[in-house]
Amino acid sequence: MDHLTQLEGESIYILREARNRFDRLGMLWSLGKDSNVMIWLARKAFLGRVPFPVIHLDTGLEFDETYAFRAKYKDVWDLDLIADDCPPIEATDPTLPSGARVAARKSLGLNQAIDRYAFEGLIAGIRRDEQSTRAKERVFSPRSSTNGWDVRSQPPEFWNQFNTDFAPGTHVRIHPLLNWTEVDIWRYIERESIPVVDLYFAKNGRRFRSLGEKGITETVPSEADSIQAIIAELETTKTSERAGRTMDHESEDAFERLRVGGYL
Amino acid sequence: MIKFLKPYPIVVVGHVDHGKSTLIGRLLHDAGKLGDGKADEIHAASKRRNREDEFAFALDSLRLERDQGITVDTSRVWFKTDKRPYVIIDAPGHFEFVRNMVTGAHAAEGAVLVVDIGEGISEQTRRHAYLLTILGIRQVVVAVNKMDMVNYDETTFNAMADGIKEFLSSIGITPISVIPISAKAGLGVAYHGDETRWFAGPSILEGLDLFPEPESIKDAPFRMSVQDVYKEGDNRIAVGRIDAGSLRVGDAVVLQPSGRVLTLAKFQPWSDDDTPQISAAAGQSVALNFEQAAFVQRGDLLVAQESRAQTASSVQAKVFWLHADPLNLGDVVSLRIGAAKHEVVVTAIDSVVDLQSLESHDGNSIPCNGVATVTLVSRSTLVFDTDHNSPMARAVLSRDLTVAGGALIVGRAQSAGEDTSHNLTPVPSAVARRERAAWFGHKGGVFWFTGLSGSGKSTIASLLERRLFDLGVHTIVLDGDSVRNGLNQDLGFSEEDRTENLRRVAHVAHLMSENGSVVITSFIAPAESDRSAARSIIGENFHEVYVKASVETCEQRDPKGLYHKARLGEISDFTGVSADYDPPKSPEIILDTEGLSVEAAVDHALSHILEAVDHVSAKQQEAALQVAARA
Repeated sequence: MDHLTQLEGESIYILREARNRFDRLGMLWSLGKDSNVMIWLARKAFLGRVPFPVIHLDTGLEFDETYAFRAKYKDVWDLDLIADDCPPIEATDPTLPSGARVAARKSLGLNQAIDRYAFEGLIAGIRRDEQSTRAKERVFSPRSSTNGWDVRSQPPEFWNQFNTDFAPGTHVRIHPLLNWTEVDIWRYIERESIPVVDLYFAKNGRRFRSLGEKGITETVPSEADSIQAIIAELETTKTSERAGRTMDHESEDAFERLRVGGYL
Repeated sequence: MIKFLKPYPIVVVGHVDHGKSTLIGRLLHDAGKLGDGKADEIHAASKRRNREDEFAFALDSLRLERDQGITVDTSRVWFKTDKRPYVIIDAPGHFEFVRNMVTGAHAAEGAVLVVDIGEGISEQTRRHAYLLTILGIRQVVVAVNKMDMVNYDETTFNAMADGIKEFLSSIGITPISVIPISAKAGLGVAYHGDETRWFAGPSILEGLDLFPEPESIKDAPFRMSVQDVYKEGDNRIAVGRIDAGSLRVGDAVVLQPSGRVLTLAKFQPWSDDDTPQISAAAGQSVALNFEQAAFVQRGDLLVAQESRAQTASSVQAKVFWLHADPLNLGDVVSLRIGAAKHEVVVTAIDSVVDLQSLESHDGNSIPCNGVATVTLVSRSTLVFDTDHNSPMARAVLSRDLTVAGGALIVGRAQSAGEDTSHNLTPVPSAVARRERAAWFGHKGGVFWFTGLSGSGKSTIASLLERRLFDLGVHTIVLDGDSVRNGLNQDLGFSEEDRTENLRRVAHVAHLMSENGSVVITSFIAPAESDRSAARSIIGENFHEVYVKASVETCEQRDPKGLYHKARLGEISDFTGVSADYDPPKSPEIILDTEGLSVEAAVDHALSHILEAVDHVSAKQQEAALQVAARA
């Protein structure tokens, strides 16, 4: 079978498991390519419409194009959108490097959403190939009451059986795209004609390969101005997807520290 | 360039410190996959810890892992050869992290088993290799690592290679190749160097390319565990991911355990633009719309009509246990097969495998990371396969809300009766049969009514019960209602379950008749085989009563409206409509309810029964009691 169909089948299975197991479920929508794919898969899984809230952790620092995209597709896809402001930078851990502190606002925004809406399950579009600590994640990943990630004692997960039973008060991150790679995402976007923000396509020799906030996300040199060109570029590139993400490179374990603290 | 191929998943396993992560880092480097940023990052992280470049850091990304130089959790990386793309799953070697090794390894098709030439096969090497076989991974290359430490000596290598092959063959693995390498020096990974010119086999990368493509489960018999049921208007749509085989619109499938046959009307589209789907195969998630309005729920299994799954209330399974606290005899855990979840009791631990010697011994518990064969008994019907390529043979055990082990279902356990019968010596009753007969004024007996639904069984049985009781006969009627709600509540309506239902009824009726009762059983009991089984259980006290009426007559009467429902397809396998009835060949009594009135049929049966159980009048009884007392 076609690899994309296989991945699609697996992700839809995961989404339906999440829906069956958790009453209070939400999906994180970063407005990036991966989370658009995830919303697309959820619409397929639930026969047309995403049946739970979609959460954008809004730092107020997204690009204008990104906000315009959100406004448009909230309506087109009939999404039940939650877009509360994240707490200010002053509220973040001051010992983190500066780029990581901007990202840490989203961790706080996430905790705020969990408290405010009492989510038991949160679906997030992280992938194993993006970043090496994400590679060690589980599809159903339990979090402590403070939303932390205990990397030392993750439960086993195999044979399509996920840990879906938890004590009351625990919350679970669900990762339906864990086994996808960057190029899988683009091939699927191509196959299904899924809309993405224009900033991914090269203008004047540069494009965003990974889309984050203003100030902590940089463009990379590229001539890829179409989906096909991006796929061709990814077949040969040796730079990492998150090369344009400031916080990944500030210190060796900045990303792990962010994740242990609840970052995606 | 290769496009759209599923990356071939490889797991790298072996004892801690034998060099798994270093081998992977080197593989990535040699396959040209280490990104520019990654090589620099590894260099910097190694320098910070005053070490030479540690290729292991490519995967050991956690601070804990880098500081202690170990792999804690499984990880994945992707690379390509000219033949195909691969995804490598790194698995930790430490004993404490076997659960993470299983988490990673279960997804693999092939494995690289790393063995340190200096240390040889350790217990953990054995454990990992053994787990590979349970997880169903048969494609293996062995990397004999750290050859630089023995100066690439051919004799040392050959001795080690022979030992490894012998061990692997004892657990059913034939490796593609056993390869001398030095992951650190980069020899034998992508290519061999002068140091091992004496070795004629492949490099690790070449060895991986020799693994055959995985067998497709698309050609296997259809299986889909129902994950959820969505309602669209009046429609109930069963959703799930096809576990094996394929499905087309118009196909008839069986819902287990109920045994209902359903016909696929259509795949539910997710949008108006969606092109109508005609078929789907293993791996695809689907939404199914059936022609029949059926009661389907999470955990039900849809199967190919010609190849049903097995059902039983107890199974034997090969278990690997990953929970910190051991699994003990008598423990209650959850068994998950597909989306079905059952509470099960561990009623036997048949053999525990010693992973040092690979010998089996008896035991009452399975320790953390241990392997054993166990018997699991459930209160609900288990639906499963025993072909280990089927996902329905691979179950998971959970305890305290978390996944705690894997269970490879080997087969039905012998039922409790069969299993222990050789230990039971029946104690002869202190009261002789004739003493009871004298006390009651009649012998015991079983009158096994059989006939179509609507033939009059229940009506006649109920009137008979009253008449017999009024005559002082110790009597009872056993029917569907009296056993299905209690004794047999674990049974459904599949063929196997109906047989089991009647088998239990026969045993209960036998015990009651031994106790002197006149038992009337009232079941359709359509199969000759089930009735003759009952006859052999009950013996000489068994009397077959054929309540005879044609299908047409019964359908006209239709007291419960069941024929109507069966014609509408709401009930499947309905005797007389969609399932066969074997008329009794030589019943002791025939009650033709088309020719006889109900009263006449009851009279006829009553006289026959009284005669068969040697019923005596009250006066005769008194005399008999005196005789018995003197004797």
